[in-house]
Amino acid sequence: MKFLNFLRGETFARGIHPPQNKHTAHTPIRRLPFAPHLIVPLSQHIGKAPRPIVHVGQEVVRGQPIAKGEDWLSVPHHAPATGVVTAIELRPSARGPWTESIVIRPHAGATQEDLWGTPRDTQAMNAAEILQAVWDSGLVGLGGAAFPTHAKLMVPKQAKVHTLVVNGCECEPYLTCDHRVMLEKAPELILGMQLAMRATGAVRGIVGVEDNKPDAVTAIQAVITAGKIDNIFVEAVPTKYPQGSEKMLLMALFGVEIPSGALPVSLGMVMNNVGTLAALGQLLPAGQGLTERVVTIAGPGVSRPGDYRVPLGTPISFVLEWAGAQTLHNKGTPNACQLVLGGPMMGQSVASIETPITKGVSGILVFHPEDMADRDDRSTFPCIKCGECVESCPMGLNPSALGMLAAKREYDLMGQRYHLGDCFECGCCTYMCPSNIPLVQQFRIAKQVLREKASAL
Amino acid sequence: MSTAIEIRSAPHIKAPRTVEQIMRNVVGSLLPVCVFFVYQYGISALASLLFVTASCLLTERVVVKTGTQSGSLSDWSAVITGLLLALTLPPGYPLWMGCVAGVVAIALGKALFGGIGFNVFNPALVGRAFVQAAFPVAIASYTPSFLPGRFSSFIPSTLAWPMMVPPDTTAWLQGMQIDGLSGATPLAKWKFDGLMVMPQDLLSSLAGHMAVGPSPLLILACGAYLAMRRFMDWRIPAAILGSAGLTAWILYGMDPVRYPNPFFMMFSGGLMLGAIYMATDMATSPVTPRGMWVYGALIGLLTVVIRYYSGLPEGVMYAILIGNAATPLIERITQPTPFGKTGLLRPKRGASYPLHPEYISREEANAVTPKKRLLKNKPKP
Repeated sequence: MKFLNFLRGETFARGIHPPQNKHTAHTPIRRLPFAPHLIVPLSQHIGKAPRPIVHVGQEVVRGQPIAKGEDWLSVPHHAPATGVVTAIELRPSARGPWTESIVIRPHAGATQEDLWGTPRDTQAMNAAEILQAVWDSGLVGLGGAAFPTHAKLMVPKQAKVHTLVVNGCECEPYLTCDHRVMLEKAPELILGMQLAMRATGAVRGIVGVEDNKPDAVTAIQAVITAGKIDNIFVEAVPTKYPQGSEKMLLMALFGVEIPSGALPVSLGMVMNNVGTLAALGQLLPAGQGLTERVVTIAGPGVSRPGDYRVPLGTPISFVLEWAGAQTLHNKGTPNACQLVLGGPMMGQSVASIETPITKGVSGILVFHPEDMADRDDRSTFPCIKCGECVESCPMGLNPSALGMLAAKREYDLMGQRYHLGDCFECGCCTYMCPSNIPLVQQFRIAKQVLREKASAL
Repeated sequence: MSTAIEIRSAPHIKAPRTVEQIMRNVVGSLLPVCVFFVYQYGISALASLLFVTASCLLTERVVVKTGTQSGSLSDWSAVITGLLLALTLPPGYPLWMGCVAGVVAIALGKALFGGIGFNVFNPALVGRAFVQAAFPVAIASYTPSFLPGRFSSFIPSTLAWPMMVPPDTTAWLQGMQIDGLSGATPLAKWKFDGLMVMPQDLLSSLAGHMAVGPSPLLILACGAYLAMRRFMDWRIPAAILGSAGLTAWILYGMDPVRYPNPFFMMFSGGLMLGAIYMATDMATSPVTPRGMWVYGALIGLLTVVIRYYSGLPEGVMYAILIGNAATPLIERITQPTPFGKTGLLRPKRGASYPLHPEYISREEANAVTPKKRLLKNKPKP
């Protein structure tokens, strides 16, 4: 079948087909109540952390700005709940180190309606005003990378953008939050696309959706047809991991390779996640800031999996309690588990269940050791050169050779001759490896070493 | 809250494929071939398969136990080596020589290089090359297939005592009173006597009393199973058979009297077994897709050249060993080109959307509404 796809020129070359496990795709998004404490880390995205503009003891209203951007790449934060700022202190973050966070105690019975913000007429806004409004809304990429959206929509002076591509692939197993957003928020998504197209100067918008979500395609198509919109299209691309990667989706839609090291904007494209644009289409007309996001809570260790609209800053422990990961709280027999933020292929393990949900968290997966047994109980063999990694690497690298070099710590050679820099750590090679070699893990170390070497020079 | 949280590095899921699974499937796909081999040659073939495999396993056990190697008996790789080695040996090959071949295959062919995954040469072929050099007479004396009484008595040479010269089977064969018996393989007959066997007879190995190995058709079917389940790369056999067939066909076209037809080349001797089971040994073949084509083409070409122009009737073994030796070099020149470095800036044919919309600004004169050119990937109902 792979061979036939190659002949038909469909989607990108290589890649893998992990089991989908998207069990929560048919459950509507539910709302989560406020946790007793909401923790808003200041640094949630690439770029400089914003500066808090509230003080301890201050009353805040849901949607009120509580931190202000310092420079171009830093976005403001908004209070996720009406309540009192109880502390501005160091709290654990998903990445490990403790970071400065604003802790808010919501008032009992506080509503989840956004009270802050004045509605705006988006039709009258020009490109600069839209960009400013996006910046003020505190929006970052909700797909996981958390790159500030206004910076992404800001086209460099020498470039000209003609196409806005919207990434609705959601190729990671388990995750369904983008799927549900496309189903339930299709009008907002189209409005967000129209605003983003005005901001970038794009003349067409294309939503790329994997063909395992036909209902999402239908929902978006229905909005396009109803509104007689002639410059927005929705396209079902064959399901394959890692289609959600920028380069892979552009390959699937347009059949072009983004040159190594270049951005899609060099070909006149801007790409955004569906969740981001749906949030944009919702926040901008209302003049509000980002205070919540949709998070998939799934995995074998959850008894009530689903997509939840979670106020930003909600601790994972509260979310898990709500979603029914009760084994966590059996005080007599503490059950070991693994928590993954994001998808199972690229998501990161978290060390503390007091870590808050931030803007870039698309899912929480709970695994127990018995779910991991097929992975953990396996012995590691030397590379038998079966070539599965070469056949699955979407970037066309040779992970087999890279892995053998990494074992010998030949990091320079990996970077110079084997194109380590092109690896985007999708994990396909490690997923496929029958010898159970931690390939992508070694590549991460190698890339880090090379980065440190480069910065030391 | 007392909760043990385990931290791992992504990816957190893993495909079910393991080394053991690959090896087990290769062994499984070899079983029909082995059964057919036993059906052809009777209990001598069975004894040969068992003894050679046992010697391989025993050697593997000793080597792993001494701690110089990773891997274990349970990875099934030594079983593959043993079965393949036995299939390449004549069915009446003295058992003690078979055991020598098995020990050499694992000890020199595999353990010396560091065990599974590190071997440079296919271990089974190393074993066979050793005994071909050490006992050239015994390895060239084949017996015909489908002899009467093959399930009740051994071929006399099978039971030769260690370090003893095996008895000559010619007299034993003459006692059978069957016409057209010969102790030579079709390839040797063609090479030394100028006699040709019809390719269709070779294809099934079922016709008459020929000194041939397992049926090429059966091997092809087993190989197709492996390739379909992706336990073997289809490119290598395709390249070997394609290149051997093409070379033989060109030569046949140049001089049909001197050279046999290409089908005879492809279905005779050990080419099919070598192309499907020996050359595709993962550790000794290139991992790069382009390298696999080069490697296969080299082996196919060398096989035909050795068969036609050397003193040996059969060339598959040396061709594969040379291919194994060339593998690191082939890999070096056939590294895959990474995505975004192919210089391919023009869109591929058959893309869903044109790279540039038909107009750049809606305000431009004569602006046309963009039409989607191809509605190819319709959502599944």
